[in-house]
Amino acid sequence: MAAVRVLRRAVRLCRGRAASGARPPPVPQRIEEKRRAALLGGGQARIDAQHKRGKLTARERILLLLDPDSFDEYDMFVEHRCTDFGMDSSKNKYPGDSVVTGRGRINGRLAYVFSQDFTVFGGSLSGAHAQKICKIMDQAAMVGAPVIGLNDSGGARIQEGVESLAGYADIFLRNVLCSGVIPQISLIMGPCAGGAVYSPALTDFTFMVKDTSYLFITGPDVVKSVTNEDVTQEQLGGAKTHTAVSGVAHRAFENDIDALLNLREFFNYLPLSNRDPAPVCECHDPSDRLVPELDTIVPSESTKAYDMLDIIHSIVDEREFFEIMPTYARNIVVGFARMNGRTVGIVGNQPKVASGCLDINSSVKGARFVRFCDAFNIPLITFVDVPGFLPGTAQEYGGIIRHGAKLLFAFAEATVPKITVITRKGAVQIIFRGKEANAEEEYVDKFANPFPAAMRGFVDDIIQPSTTRTRICHDLDVLASKSQSSPWKKHANIPL
Amino acid sequence: MAVAGFLRWGGRRARLPGWETLCSRWCLITSHKLYSTVYDPNEKTFEKLLIANRGEIACRVIKTCKKMGIKTVAIHSDVDANAVHVKMADEAVCVGPAPTSKSYLNMDAIMEVIRKTRAQAVHPGYGFLSENKEFARRLASEGVTFIGPDTHAIQAMGDKIESKLLAKNAKVNTIPGFDGVVKDADEAVRIAREIGYPVMIKASAGGGGKGMRIAWDDEETREGFRFSSQEAASSFGDDRLLIEKFIDNPRHIEIQVLADKHGNALWLNERECSIQRRNQKVVEEAPSTFLDPETRRAMGEQAVALAKAVKYSSAGTVEFLVDSSKNFYFLEMNTRLQVEHPVTECITGLDLVQEMIRVAKGYPLRHTQADIPINGWAVECRVYAEDPYKSFGLPSIGKLSQYQEPLHVPNVRVDSGIQQGSDISIYYDPMISKLITYGSNRAEALKRMEEALDNYVIRGVAHNISLLREVIIHPRFVQGDISTKFLPEVYPDGFKGHKLTDLERRQLLATAASLYVAEQLRSQRFLGTPRIPIAKSKRSSWELSVHLGDGIYPVAVSKDGSSFSVEVDGMKLNVTSEWNLASPLLSVTIDGTQRTIQRISRNASGETSIQFLGTVYKLQILTKVAAELSKYMPEKAAEDTSSILRSPMPGTVVAVSVKPGDMVSEGQEICVIEAMKMQNSMIAAKTGKVKAVHCKAGDTVGEEDLLVELE
Repeated sequence: MAAVRVLRRAVRLCRGRAASGARPPPVPQRIEEKRRAALLGGGQARIDAQHKRGKLTARERILLLLDPDSFDEYDMFVEHRCTDFGMDSSKNKYPGDSVVTGRGRINGRLAYVFSQDFTVFGGSLSGAHAQKICKIMDQAAMVGAPVIGLNDSGGARIQEGVESLAGYADIFLRNVLCSGVIPQISLIMGPCAGGAVYSPALTDFTFMVKDTSYLFITGPDVVKSVTNEDVTQEQLGGAKTHTAVSGVAHRAFENDIDALLNLREFFNYLPLSNRDPAPVCECHDPSDRLVPELDTIVPSESTKAYDMLDIIHSIVDEREFFEIMPTYARNIVVGFARMNGRTVGIVGNQPKVASGCLDINSSVKGARFVRFCDAFNIPLITFVDVPGFLPGTAQEYGGIIRHGAKLLFAFAEATVPKITVITRKGAVQIIFRGKEANAEEEYVDKFANPFPAAMRGFVDDIIQPSTTRTRICHDLDVLASKSQSSPWKKHANIPL
Repeated sequence: MAVAGFLRWGGRRARLPGWETLCSRWCLITSHKLYSTVYDPNEKTFEKLLIANRGEIACRVIKTCKKMGIKTVAIHSDVDANAVHVKMADEAVCVGPAPTSKSYLNMDAIMEVIRKTRAQAVHPGYGFLSENKEFARRLASEGVTFIGPDTHAIQAMGDKIESKLLAKNAKVNTIPGFDGVVKDADEAVRIAREIGYPVMIKASAGGGGKGMRIAWDDEETREGFRFSSQEAASSFGDDRLLIEKFIDNPRHIEIQVLADKHGNALWLNERECSIQRRNQKVVEEAPSTFLDPETRRAMGEQAVALAKAVKYSSAGTVEFLVDSSKNFYFLEMNTRLQVEHPVTECITGLDLVQEMIRVAKGYPLRHTQADIPINGWAVECRVYAEDPYKSFGLPSIGKLSQYQEPLHVPNVRVDSGIQQGSDISIYYDPMISKLITYGSNRAEALKRMEEALDNYVIRGVAHNISLLREVIIHPRFVQGDISTKFLPEVYPDGFKGHKLTDLERRQLLATAASLYVAEQLRSQRFLGTPRIPIAKSKRSSWELSVHLGDGIYPVAVSKDGSSFSVEVDGMKLNVTSEWNLASPLLSVTIDGTQRTIQRISRNASGETSIQFLGTVYKLQILTKVAAELSKYMPEKAAEDTSSILRSPMPGTVVAVSVKPGDMVSEGQEICVIEAMKMQNSMIAAKTGKVKAVHCKAGDTVGEEDLLVELE
């Protein structure tokens, strides 16, 4: 290999000398020049344009995401191989092409990163671009460390045609193979359209930057020509749409800096792979801290609303809760927190929104979160106060049976430690629709208290609310060594 | 000295304020240098007492009852079912829904509870039914003892004209003025000229500043007469007015009296209550810096003379206005226990509630005037759930998500009726607690107050700690140069929080930066042995950029063992702390100066708010690199929320009262949303024309849904 390279260089040197008579610069200098060119991406003018749009460059983003001086870059000298449409001219070659890839550290822990460079051909995906991404994904999977994608790409590299499209296929395959093996996080920091959207969609978490990022299958122009709908980019695929309406994105942040700093914090909750336990951070919040307000926070009237977030904040370490999908299907609350330093996944019904009932969207939201936690050894703590599933034709026609089943499936399938706290009660009023008041009263007396369940062993204990934190922390300590295996299967068949 | 007499003053820091701990939080003076407050178990007293009140004063009364061996009955509204006073009492009965007129003022319901629980006596606390003669009369007719003066005294002192006449007859100094009812504007002018301007025209039945006008000349007198009589008629159904000399820039000093049913009466020294906002007291102290022993005795003796003249029994307060030449004038007498009674208890060693109960039971006073000391100095701050940046305090409501009283500070007493998780609701007074500190002298009491305020953790609602702290450290207050106009004089443009000196700003920046670095360092510390080793950062210095107010400050932090060396504005500061990032209170030493700070919030974006010297400051801390890049971040215009009305919660639209093109005025109802079975009136935030209406009656709306737009 090395011999061939030397030979080629010799040939080139001879040719060069023969043609111009001038000596080409020595190799170290050429490396340096290429490196400098790579660091400049698409050049200063395009960098300025990127800044003008309120966006940072691919490299600036990596700088903020990773610990200082921890980035080790791969494939800085890779160039695209397209020769059509004048792409082979030297002015159309950029070392590194339209993506920066490598590995680095976030708070000392290993992460693999790719950051699409909008200044080079609008961040479009060439075959080389895809190859670079695939390389770090393969490494990440082998090593067992998360992949973070910073997406800012106009889509496929048109000049490359199928080469580019095949690149997407390679990435999708790796997204799927890595799923459940290493956490995959996508942060959409610019346009992401067409086939490109499916890579983020296949990853575990998709975050967006407000006002500067878009995700859609087809843009407003195509929508107009096909369905005659008038819609703006923001309405069609902006951060608000995807975090509140479609449920495609898990959270949105104010700007690039805000998003990257939040990503660093989020990363600390995650284990590096499915081979690692949930991380345990240094914690200053005493595990035996009593939470007196829990004794009064839940109203005694079963119909009165309260905020489940108040309960979550009061129980978890230092009131820190990283909520996932905070503005979508708000009748269920999911997110990460820590108990005595250890990452836990929290699922809670939200009585404040639609009485905390379960509907299609909340079931799917809950199920996906539970499956992530189970895949990555993150214990689950569930706060239950649910009146039941939402009735109605809209829900039945929409397939609440099928979607509700996902939540059941996910919980039943999960083998991580699972702790459930029933904060109030359930579905009595639904069974008796107020007609038979006496019967309802009798039923309430009989079942709407913890005794029947506790007497039958369906609940393990009835606890003083103020001791909830202490109890959960103790239980988690014990359950840390929980091991449970499922029968051999290729994979389960969750009702999708 | 006297401190030795205070047993378990302060007590331990309660994590779980069950009622047992609540009781131990505040232990009364049980012995005193000059005499002891004795809770004689053999002295016969009531068996069961009902407290017709809520909140801190109900708790306060229950504490003494427990010491005296009296069983207690609490009353409560339905929203107060979990309130502290309910948990503390032996029995508790709901007397109605949240509005006070239907619960704490609902005499029928309360009388019913008294009958049912067979309570022998009722302590009314302050406010509510405490000065209601009808209530006292109804109790008397059923043979239940009212812990307070006789109906006669309540009535006599409740009427401004009558009380002034009584005072005059008892040779109490009264404000020069006209004591009868003013017939018309002409008579008002004649009287005003006789008295000499400025004059105050006020409603005879009035109170709380209603129906009160100050006039500086004839014209203002005529105008004032008209306004005051209208206001008096509409507010009190009684348009009688009186005119008196207006004392400019007075102090408000009151004398605590204590009288029994045997003709004995004592004065328990004064309380200085001049720091007020909108006629409500904020900071009180005993004794007053202003009174000399002669004036004190003169005021005390006149107060006692008045009490005797109305055959007063129980504890009462005679309020005086004192002018700059130490002339004092009778203002009114409050025939109840005052909010600020603890400062008197601190300096005299008496338990006023116990004395009230004893007197009501018919016992003669145990002390003579010579027994009443002034021991040390006590200061009380009223801690309110209110925003002090808006007219010195507009009520705030919410849930106390975190609450910790500064009981670990020595010589601190906190009278409160709430705990972590309590709701401050719209229905009742937004007072969180009374914070009282005690010292052998004023400077010591004030120093402790400063410390206590810094160590007081209140989260979830706005509070006035910043204002209280500024008042007690203000040079004028420290010198005792105060009047009832203190706040408007000192803060003519409204209260704006603590103004940082250059040094204090550096200290804040250094602390915030150190806290940031401590947090960053901790987030790299994982327990256990990870499969992939964690890259240990060898970093020992950080270049940060801190945004505070209008300024952006470069701050360099370097780690120096367990402390940080911080460079701000070319000045090096050494910051040490335990850096417990979970504790709501953080003790930090900056170049030898100890400060207790509170980190109110933080987020991943580097935004943090820190309570420093009582005031909450918002900061953003970024690394130098991030700060440099932040110039590229788009400026986002905040949505003008005054012209749009969004649904604050998911619910059903019950009614829409406007249509496009309508003119609405600020505060006008625009629509009604029903949510959680509660109707919420949505009002216009400004005056304007309705541009569009996006909802109709019957619609279901989600939180933040646009309802109505104004032009």
